[in-house]
Amino acid sequence: MKHWYMLTLVGKDRSGIVAHISAALFDGGCNLGEASMMRLGGNFSIMMMVEFDGTSHALQQMVAPVAESMGLHLHLDRIAAQLHQHLEPDLRITVYGADKAGIVARITGALAEAGLHILEMETSVAGSVEQPIYIMQIEGHAAEGLAALQSALDVVAQKGVEAHLEAIDTMIG
Amino acid sequence: MAILEILTYPDERLKQLAEPVTVFDQALHSFLRDLEETMRAGPGGVGIAAPQVGRFQRIALVDCSVTRKPVPNHGLLVLINPEISEWEGMTVGREGCMSVPDYTGNVIRAERIRLQAFDADGVQHEYQCEGFEARALQHECDHLDGMLFLDRLVSRRNDLFRRKVYQK
Ligand SMILES: [Zn+2]
Repeated sequence: MKHWYMLTLVGKDRSGIVAHISAALFDGGCNLGEASMMRLGGNFSIMMMVEFDGTSHALQQMVAPVAESMGLHLHLDRIAAQLHQHLEPDLRITVYGADKAGIVARITGALAEAGLHILEMETSVAGSVEQPIYIMQIEGHAAEGLAALQSALDVVAQKGVEAHLEAIDTMIG
Repeated sequence: MAILEILTYPDERLKQLAEPVTVFDQALHSFLRDLEETMRAGPGGVGIAAPQVGRFQRIALVDCSVTRKPVPNHGLLVLINPEISEWEGMTVGREGCMSVPDYTGNVIRAERIRLQAFDADGVQHEYQCEGFEARALQHECDHLDGMLFLDRLVSRRNDLFRRKVYQK
């Protein structure tokens, strides 16, 4: 019986990690679903959906030596997964400004209350050591309309923090 | 009238070049009615190209008068042997396709275009289109050349933001 697992790998970045891991999974009879790899603060991180005809233990045993050889921490969860059921975002929010403690919590908190369902989020710290800039990008779905989210943003975006909301009008053709 | 079957990728036929229309007859009119019915049956669809229903001729329809949020538009456009002659500006926007279910992606298109096309009776027209409608027209013209929006994807992440900041 095939099951979906979420495989998470974290460690020091180096070239060839994705190729190594995916080859090992393929050779072990796994099927790959959706995956997202990111470099966060110079660290390699990836989460990948892996379909495998076996137990969590067997999959762990297959991947562990490869992960270890590349100095990666490994975490495995059995998941209930669905493919071919993407939720489409209808808005994009970008926030940036001088790096301030609590900015993510404040903004996402207000937006959640105004009906935002976050589908994708990415934050980055750019600028320099002396003057870090915080950048957040969100794509999501507005359960209670865009106007409610705009009002929420206007309230929480303080001086020195820029926040923009725009509709995503997908052209289907 | 009939709703035609939509070919979906990886059907290789979507990647082939469509032939120009040379005969403007009743059969063409009848096909256009079916094509329009098929376009309107697809949820949210504002355009359709003949190759999407397995007819490899340079025929497409676009109708941006039915969008959720109103956009500048010319109503229903019948586009036979369309040719884009001018492109101006660039913009990133989200696209999906009836031939590529369950996926949308960001694509760069010209903001404004000038386009010549024949109508169902073989009369040539010229259109100037912008924004969402221009995007739809470019997407449909691509289908006639065997191109999908998947061939033009740009990153979901950084491009949009960088562009916005630079424009400020
Ligand atoms: Zn299409």
